[in-house]
Amino acid sequence: MKQQGTIYGLMAEFATPEQLLVAARHTHDAGYRRIDAFAPFPIEGLAHAVGFHRTRLPLVVLIAGIAGGCAGFYLQYYAAAVSYPVNVGGRPMNSWPAFIPVTFEMTILFAAAAAVLGMLAMNGLPTPYHPVFNVPRFALASRDRFFLCIKALDPMFDLEQTRKFLLTLNPREVTDIEP
Amino acid sequence: MADSPSDKLAAAEFANAPILGPGYDYASVTDKISAIVLARRTPKWWIVGFLVSFALVMLLMVAVTYLLVAGVGIWGIQIPIAWGFAIINFVWWIGIGHAGTLISAILLLLRQQWRTSINRFAEAMTLFAVSCAGIFPLIHMGRPWLGYWLFPYPDTMKMWPNFRSPLVWDAFAVSTYATVSLLFWFIGLIPDLATLRDRSKNRAAKLIYGLLAMGWRGSAVHWERHETASLLLAGLATPLVLSVHTIVSFDFAFAIVPGWHATIFPPYFVAGAIYAGFAMVLTLSIPVRKLFRLEDFITMRHLDNMGKVLLATGLIVGYGYMMEAFSAFYSGNQYERFMILNRMTGPYAPMYWMLIACNIVTPQFLWFRKVRARVGALFAIAMVVNLGMWLERFVIVVTSLHRDFLPSSWGLYYPTRWDIFTFAGTIGLFLFLVFLFIRYLPLISIFEMRTLVASEEEKKAVN
Repeated sequence: MKQQGTIYGLMAEFATPEQLLVAARHTHDAGYRRIDAFAPFPIEGLAHAVGFHRTRLPLVVLIAGIAGGCAGFYLQYYAAAVSYPVNVGGRPMNSWPAFIPVTFEMTILFAAAAAVLGMLAMNGLPTPYHPVFNVPRFALASRDRFFLCIKALDPMFDLEQTRKFLLTLNPREVTDIEP
Repeated sequence: MADSPSDKLAAAEFANAPILGPGYDYASVTDKISAIVLARRTPKWWIVGFLVSFALVMLLMVAVTYLLVAGVGIWGIQIPIAWGFAIINFVWWIGIGHAGTLISAILLLLRQQWRTSINRFAEAMTLFAVSCAGIFPLIHMGRPWLGYWLFPYPDTMKMWPNFRSPLVWDAFAVSTYATVSLLFWFIGLIPDLATLRDRSKNRAAKLIYGLLAMGWRGSAVHWERHETASLLLAGLATPLVLSVHTIVSFDFAFAIVPGWHATIFPPYFVAGAIYAGFAMVLTLSIPVRKLFRLEDFITMRHLDNMGKVLLATGLIVGYGYMMEAFSAFYSGNQYERFMILNRMTGPYAPMYWMLIACNIVTPQFLWFRKVRARVGALFAIAMVVNLGMWLERFVIVVTSLHRDFLPSSWGLYYPTRWDIFTFAGTIGLFLFLVFLFIRYLPLISIFEMRTLVASEEEKKAVN
């Protein structure tokens, strides 16, 4: 019989995405907050069911895009109008229409890089180690099985009570997650 | 168009044909695709193809080395045709890359589910095509060791690139395109790399896939951000694709040479790129689906849809040719009129008429459903279009340069063997990378196929 402090949480395995979604909602309704759900593909409504609401990624991407655009334009303006202006037939140094393509490309570049790096950073990836991989059947989470995890950090977590609760959701099995 | 009533009925059924063979669930979809990668035995045809493409890569190495040692004089370029195979091949390869991004990004935004089984493969094709394309701007310079001058860096001479030049815009556009395509492709791969990590028995494979998968565990919150990132990238990649080939067309359109200085170039080039790219996707996916027995994933409906896109873009390209000819005559400009007459009746007339046959006449067969339903016919038409699009760039570059304003400067272009070796070498490089990709990475997006299975099950449940 393990003490509460020595496991990471409890993992319940389900066979279909619908079962996982229902189970996640019930768990959230029961008052558990430190929960996570794992699936081999994105399931609509699942992130909301485990209590996640809005990602800040679009905002990050927008800011990065604007920064890229400004950086691109300023680079060209600095080069052409400040650092080494070249008088070509008296044409304007700040030839902004000619600067549009590079500005556009820099906007896209910075925004795309922010989308990928932002997504990875917000997801905490790369994660060299995570306790959920200690569950023997968890390898199937990347194939055809669906998992729900309640972390021991949750204030409502109690080893026996939470295990009993998870069993009421009709999983295939409930496993302890070694830390 | 020329379909009989029974054909029309069959066409109607075809339009609603499933995009996934029957009887697949999450496990079997995963296993079928990952089995190709995790198989211990490599198929013989793969080894043969890989060795042939490797030999061509070696040819490329030789050709580029000799070029760097001896200079661009080993090629056929001369005054007045100072741009030859290098720019033709550059535009051809970049054009091919655009279909991958269209399938990945634009079809995602338009919520076309039929993109699912071809998008990973198409995006990889984009990356490899852009890699091949990127070689040419560098090696075709008189002093390639100074290629870094194209990029803005603070230097002791206080010199900067000429930001008003399409050639510099090209450097930014193609670099951005390569980077964004790589990022988009990679984040799509992460969940599949996790699948391979979990399924592989070989320790080395597990380690490598595990490192690349970065610890992905399929958490719902992570999926949410992943989907958001994918949609955002798709939204960014769409204008990027349009802008990249537009900027490439500006390499020509910003010059004053007749036949180049035309406002139709940006949309004409973009449509041509999609046309060439879809032809290449068909050229590659038809053998691959046969050899790996993936007909249940890359179905006849996929090939039918790709044939339709090929037809549509072929019509746009045909319109471009007609407008070029029309506006040349309508302009009243003697140089423009001569240019178009020279294309049709001058020394390179055979190339021009072969171009018309390949690009305008051949795709008309795709109006007929019977043709689109025949895999062999689609493959043949795709190969013809590949050739035709190369010819188009040849005609644009060479016929406009070889006879422009001053008759005393007129000349003829003769490619040398080194031009041909370099081109063949890049084809080898492309195939080399494709072979590596289909063997060591999942060529169909596994998690997206699972999503497709899920939505098919949902549809069945609703019915």
